[in-house]
Amino acid sequence: MDLVTQIGVLVLAAFVGFEVISKVPNTLHTPLMSGTNAIHGIVLLGGLLVIGEAVGAHDVLGQIILVIAIAFGTINVVGGFLVTDRMLGMFKRKPEQPAQTDAGEGQQ
Amino acid sequence: MSILATSFLQNHNFIDSLYILAVVLFILGLRGLAGPRTAVRGNQVAAVGMAIAFVATLLQEGVVPNGHTAILIAIGVIVGTLVGIPAARNVKMTAMPQMVALFNGVGGGAVALIAWAEFRRRFPGAGGDWYTKSMIASLFAAIIGSISFWGSNIAFGKLQEILPGRPIKLPGQQLINLVLLVICVGSAVAIAAGTHSQALFVLGVLVAAGVLGNMVVLPIGGADMPVVISLLNAFTGLSAAATGIALNNFALIVAGTIVGASGSILTNLMAVAMNRSVPSIIAGGFGGGGGEAPAGGGAGAGAGGTARSTSAQDAAIQLAYARQVVVVPGYGMAVAQAQHAVREMALALEKKGVEVKYAIHPVAGRMPGHMNVLLAEADVPYDQLKEMDDINPEFGRTDVSLIIGANDVTNPAANNDPGSPIYGMPILEVARSQSVIVLKRSMSSGFAGIDNPLFYDPKTAMLFGDAKASVSEITAELANL
Repeated sequence: MDLVTQIGVLVLAAFVGFEVISKVPNTLHTPLMSGTNAIHGIVLLGGLLVIGEAVGAHDVLGQIILVIAIAFGTINVVGGFLVTDRMLGMFKRKPEQPAQTDAGEGQQ
Repeated sequence: MSILATSFLQNHNFIDSLYILAVVLFILGLRGLAGPRTAVRGNQVAAVGMAIAFVATLLQEGVVPNGHTAILIAIGVIVGTLVGIPAARNVKMTAMPQMVALFNGVGGGAVALIAWAEFRRRFPGAGGDWYTKSMIASLFAAIIGSISFWGSNIAFGKLQEILPGRPIKLPGQQLINLVLLVICVGSAVAIAAGTHSQALFVLGVLVAAGVLGNMVVLPIGGADMPVVISLLNAFTGLSAAATGIALNNFALIVAGTIVGASGSILTNLMAVAMNRSVPSIIAGGFGGGGGEAPAGGGAGAGAGGTARSTSAQDAAIQLAYARQVVVVPGYGMAVAQAQHAVREMALALEKKGVEVKYAIHPVAGRMPGHMNVLLAEADVPYDQLKEMDDINPEFGRTDVSLIIGANDVTNPAANNDPGSPIYGMPILEVARSQSVIVLKRSMSSGFAGIDNPLFYDPKTAMLFGDAKASVSEITAELANL
């Protein structure tokens, strides 16, 4: 992609981000922050993309830097999604109120 | 696997299609997070998107050229998983905000480290074939990533109370920050202009930005920390997008930008709920201030009065004979882990025919939604949790407002004292109810460090002690009635 294409993608993605988020109720702001936080852990992919060259160049320090970067990115992704899941698990409706649940599987 | 199949998997159109799929899943996932019923699924959908993007990257030709690289990647991923899973599993619900800060910080750290690796790959004798746009994007990522890493760590330290929550200020703070910023940008410009000094990159860009991150967050009070974490979250997203531009990776650009955009919106929403502006928070404000300058002036109105203290037995009687009780939870409830005790008390009251509702201020606790998470953990039905705009008209019909460890969000000075630093902040109008019971450890001021005239109101009674112990005592007394 040339720079102009990249900036075009970036601008459109920004609009998607604004649109998607502006509809979230207050209650879910913390899980939402945590969820978006997990998504930027995608920078982990950046570490994957460049570590091969550091190995090829026999750059030991570069390899150490990137292993740490990959570990950091993984913590961000794995921890982020899990912690969000834990927070959201709290919002699940309990079985004692089957009348109000969406999922009707509980009823015979 | 045949050669044909291998080359198909490595085809860049196939890889890009996987990236597009991943990005679509991110967007659908975020949309799912918009509603309490779809949120769990939404988060899972986003996680699947991440897994697809991860696999797609590994499939890409040249990413894993040899076993040595594969081992290094495996080490990084395994170590990260082994650290991330227990951290996420074991964190207490009360410590959620600082956990988010920490996860955000390591993300920023990864961005900065990748930028450093890019520098090493491109400069020291590696052909100098670094396109200007990639170089600028990498330098930007290095600065923002480093600020985010160190800033998030300070935010974690403050919320975890390793560092004092009050603002820490140095003389000439603004000037120092400006100088640091000039050093960062100046070093980045020098490198872009052709200076191939790694020392300049590490010290001038990474370290100076790191110090700047520390200096910017240290003077901000603990009460404003959620806004700061959200802002740093947006920053990390933007820096990930910059990394994507540097490495020409579609998934990084889109996902990073979406996080940057959504994080900015969220930051603004939080700041608005606290009647603060993002620039004034960053400039370092009263939030958590030891009560010196701002508290002395305006909020002194109530200081002359005396607070009336009550006993658990009296409180129980008052509650048992009420028609409607509104529970106002705050950070004190979170600290004391009192949510289960609160739920038990509410059940005891409901058994006596009292209607119990919960009033949730948007910034009660230390993050929007913090109280909802805790109360949901204690099985409080979702429809008993009322947002501020829904519950405020109800206070006139409420017999008892029971405030459990909340302070600033109930401070009437926000409505009627233009001299108060929180003047204009929307509050829960508990003072309009028939009577108010405040559970509190002591008369000390809240996180914002300002006095609360509500405590001196004749219809307010204070029940001092740990929130959980007090609530349990009330429940025990209820059983005796």
